[in-house]
Order: sequence, then C-alpha cells, then structure tokens
Amino acid sequence: MKRIGIFIECKNGRLKDAVGGVVTAARCDGGELYALLLEDGGDDGRAALESWGVHTIVDIRGENGPLPYHPSRWAGALARTIRHFDLEALVGLSSLLGKNLLARVAAELDAPLVLDCTAIDAARHTAVKTLYSGKTRATLQTKGAVHLYGIRPNAVAPRSSPSRANRTAYSVALPDDPIRLREIQRSADSGVDLTEADTIIAGGRGMAGPEAFKLLEDCARPLGAAVGASRVAVDSGWVPHRMQVGQTGKTVTPKVYLAAGISGSVQHFAGMKTAGLVIAVNKDPKAAIIQKCDYFVVADLFDIIPALTEQLNKISSKAQAMR
Amino acid sequence: MNIFVCVKHVPDTAARIDVKARCRIDENITFIMNPYDENALEEAVRLKKVTPEATVIAVTVGGAAAQETLRAALAMGADEAVLLETRSPLDSIQTAGALAEAIRRRGPADIVFTGKAAIDSEGFQTMFRLAAHLGLPAASNVVSFGLNQERAVVTCEMEAGDREVLEMPLPCVIGAAKSLNQPSYPTLPAILKARKKEIHTTVLEALDLPAAAGHVACLDMTPVVDARTPVELKGTFEEIAMEIIHLLRREAKVLP
Repeated sequence: MKRIGIFIECKNGRLKDAVGGVVTAARCDGGELYALLLEDGGDDGRAALESWGVHTIVDIRGENGPLPYHPSRWAGALARTIRHFDLEALVGLSSLLGKNLLARVAAELDAPLVLDCTAIDAARHTAVKTLYSGKTRATLQTKGAVHLYGIRPNAVAPRSSPSRANRTAYSVALPDDPIRLREIQRSADSGVDLTEADTIIAGGRGMAGPEAFKLLEDCARPLGAAVGASRVAVDSGWVPHRMQVGQTGKTVTPKVYLAAGISGSVQHFAGMKTAGLVIAVNKDPKAAIIQKCDYFVVADLFDIIPALTEQLNKISSKAQAMR
Repeated sequence: MNIFVCVKHVPDTAARIDVKARCRIDENITFIMNPYDENALEEAVRLKKVTPEATVIAVTVGGAAAQETLRAALAMGADEAVLLETRSPLDSIQTAGALAEAIRRRGPADIVFTGKAAIDSEGFQTMFRLAAHLGLPAASNVVSFGLNQERAVVTCEMEAGDREVLEMPLPCVIGAAKSLNQPSYPTLPAILKARKKEIHTTVLEALDLPAAAGHVACLDMTPVVDARTPVELKGTFEEIAMEIIHLLRREAKVLP
C-alpha cells in the first residue's frame, strides 16, 4: 500500500471548500489516504473526509496541546508526521498557505515538489501544471523518497468515495525555531482569497477609478464572489496589489470569471485562462477579451453591473423570504 | 555586510512561448529579469544605502544569456555579479544547490534577497530550498522589510489580505512580493558603467556538486490553446443581467 498524506486546510474551524478536490486528486490505486490536520475541522469536516475516501485522520498536536499557527513550526510538524507514518507523498492545496508550507516541508526533506498542479497521479508520481504563466502545459515526473504536490484550488472537482476512517493523534516535539511570529494582522475584508474563490468579478481600465470598485463589491456580495483587478487598476493605485489577477499577480481558477472593463492583455490571461466560464463586459468590441471568452456583452459596465446587482439582490431577498 | 540577491533570467511576460523540442521552448525571444527579483534587488540596494560598508552581490544560475540580467542588476545598483553558467535545464532542487554553493564561495552572507517566485517555472520553492542549504530562516511573500539590531522584521502577505509579522535573526532569506517596493529603473550613466563591470563566471558542472536525491523531470510540454467560442449576449440591460444569472445557475452552477 502506498501511504499518501493529505494536508487538510481549515478556516474558522471548518474545512476549506477546495479540500474535497485535493482529496479526490490524491486518490490512486492502492493508495491509503492519511488526512493530516493541524487545526480541528469539526465533526462535519471528519464526515466530509470520510465521504471523499480518507482512511486515517491524523490530528497533529504539539507536546502541550494544539499547535498554534506558525509557518516554520507547522512545516516542521508536517515533515515529522511524514517520517513518523512513513508517508510516500504529501498532497495539499496550492493556496497561499499551502504553497508556503509545502515548500518549507520540501526544503526540509530535500524532496521534489510541484505546486499549482491541475492533475496528479500519486501512484506514477506525475503532475500536470502550466508553465510560462499559463502559456504551456507540462507533465512533470517527481523522483525521490517522498513526493509533494500542491493542487490548484478548484482545478479538480470533488468526487465522493465513502469510507470509514480511523482517527489518531500524533504529538510532535519541535526544536526551538529562529522565526518569531510577532502578530497576525487580520484584514477588514474577511472574504475568501481570490485564489480560492468560486466566482470572481474583476475590474480593469474601464473602471476609470477606485470608486467604481464599490459597484463590483455590491455585485459580488449576493454572489459570494471575490473582487479582482487587472494590472492597470493596481498600477493606477485604485486597488491593492493583492487583488491583481495575472502574470505578476494571482493565478485563479474560479468557476466563473466576470471581467468588467478589462481589455485582456496576454499577462492578464496568464492569470485566469483556466477559469470555468468567462464572461466579459466591455464597451470596446475590439477588446482582446471579446475573442477569448465564453460570453460577452458589448456595453458600458456602469450600465450592466448595477443591473446585474439589482437582479441578484431581488433573487436573494426572494430566497430569504421563502426561508 | 554582504547582501546577496538571487535573480533569474526569464522570458518577457509579453513574449509568445513556442515549444520547440520536448520540454524546451524557443528561446529566440526577449528575456528580462524576473519581476519579483527586481523588487528583491531594489530592497537590497535600499538596505545598502543605510548600511556602512555594504556590498550587493547579484547571483544567477543559467545560460550565457543570463549575463544580460546580471548587467541589469549591476545597472540597478548591484556591486558584483556572479554567474554559474550551465546549458542544462535545472529543477529548483539543483538551482538552490548551485545558488547556495555560489553564495558560500563568495560569502559570507549576511542576508539573501530573492523574488518569491519565478514567473516562468512558477515553482515558489527555490528560496526555501536555498535557505535550507544554508541553514537559514526564510520568509516569503514579503511586503515590508526592516532591520532592528541584527534582526529582520518582515510583514508577509497571507490569504484574503491578512498579514503576518515575522522576526528572525540575520542571516536570513527574504522572498520579495511585488508590493515590497517600487523598483527604480537605472539611469543611462549607470547602464554604461555596468557594462564595464566584470561578471564572475564559473561553469556549474566544474563545481562538481553532489547529485541531489530528489528531482523533478519534464516528460512533456505542449502549448495551451484557448478553446472558447465567444457568444454575444444582447438585449436591454435587464435582459442581459437575467441572461448572466441564467448562465451562473445553469452552466456554472454557482447560484441555486
């Protein structure tokens, strides 16, 4: 049996939405799945892990109870868990946290790692990912004693494969760490990160200023969507860099990408070409994005977005009235 | 104080990428310094300005053409440039081993800056491997950097706009994010001066580095083709809005 470890990310005491896809991606013939938790994902979380086919749930703790978040201590705990259970692979989410931790673990174990995978075969040690910012797709082979992979959020759809899971706790003893975590500054917008969002509404040059992003936020709210931006909007100082989608920003794979007033440069496509449905709203019928989307509207975003927000709000208030 | 900056020579973001042979791209295109490495270099130059007797050393591993990126680094304020020249494509494990060796040879390092990722291979890991080789702590996605009595204090971007503040002793490895600073582009005199500086070149294979246990090999690479057929939505604003909602429900299933 191949023992495959899966790092399970949680947020606010629940499993992250994209975890199901990660477990699904990690499944392989003869694979025994170990879900590794550094935080409690609740009873619902454990039931979900069983529904996706996990065989063993490992609660990783420190010597004196739970291990609070710390980047290199968490990575050290994962590396020790891999050794303790003699795991031959570690699969995680290629989120900001996952990238950081998996890279630290790979460095500590001197083991190969492929991040941002759109598919993996844990039995054959292969991974598929895009290189050169989405312009090419490569199949990579990892060689080594332990293999690490990070799955791009939403790239693999979760499929159920019910199982019964054992639950075990593992306490790690960690050495003193040179890094001191002084504080975590929570952002006012507590929504999902762009890289993990199901739906993204993004604005570009056509937004003509920071104020218009309020329109996108209003539209995003009833949808539970995240708001993104093109490089122009970021370089103009309308929104912070963390909202940038594209080559020097974030790579996203939402189910829906609504581009408002974005012309669609090569660099922007690099960040969102693996999105599911791409809908473009642009005044300019010659904008590059019009040729490369699924649906487009040639109109002013200042007309379309508020109309969409109004209809979405009608639906959500109707849904609430029925409850 | 020796301030090292690891840079990478990468295809221009606007370049068209053609796959030539198996896993090799046509390199007859414009190359640039990896954008995040520009932020790393800028931070190094800023640190030098406030540190007495500091030297900024730019290091890269790559083909002979990577000299151009080192020239750009010299023009942007690096004092020395080191090229470990190789024609073979390296994975991040080999790259980190080579960079570590280059730093050890020139050393000692008081701090190492680099970009949080390279935009061609998008591995997000070389800096951590380099840190492990050198036995140093590391922080990535750094958006602010400061020194407080031999300790680095950095702010790192986390998810959804959250940030963490980390403190660690020097030497350490810092992975620059885009919003760390605004790189200042070189002046013409600086570019001309950089042309005359020496680039210390060593053939990587001559170093006879031990083979790493782990490896990532490319089996196949194909261009990604856009396979979307655009359909226009027409009607009044309200009709278009309803049509979009229909798509969100039926096609994408993100709405009930």
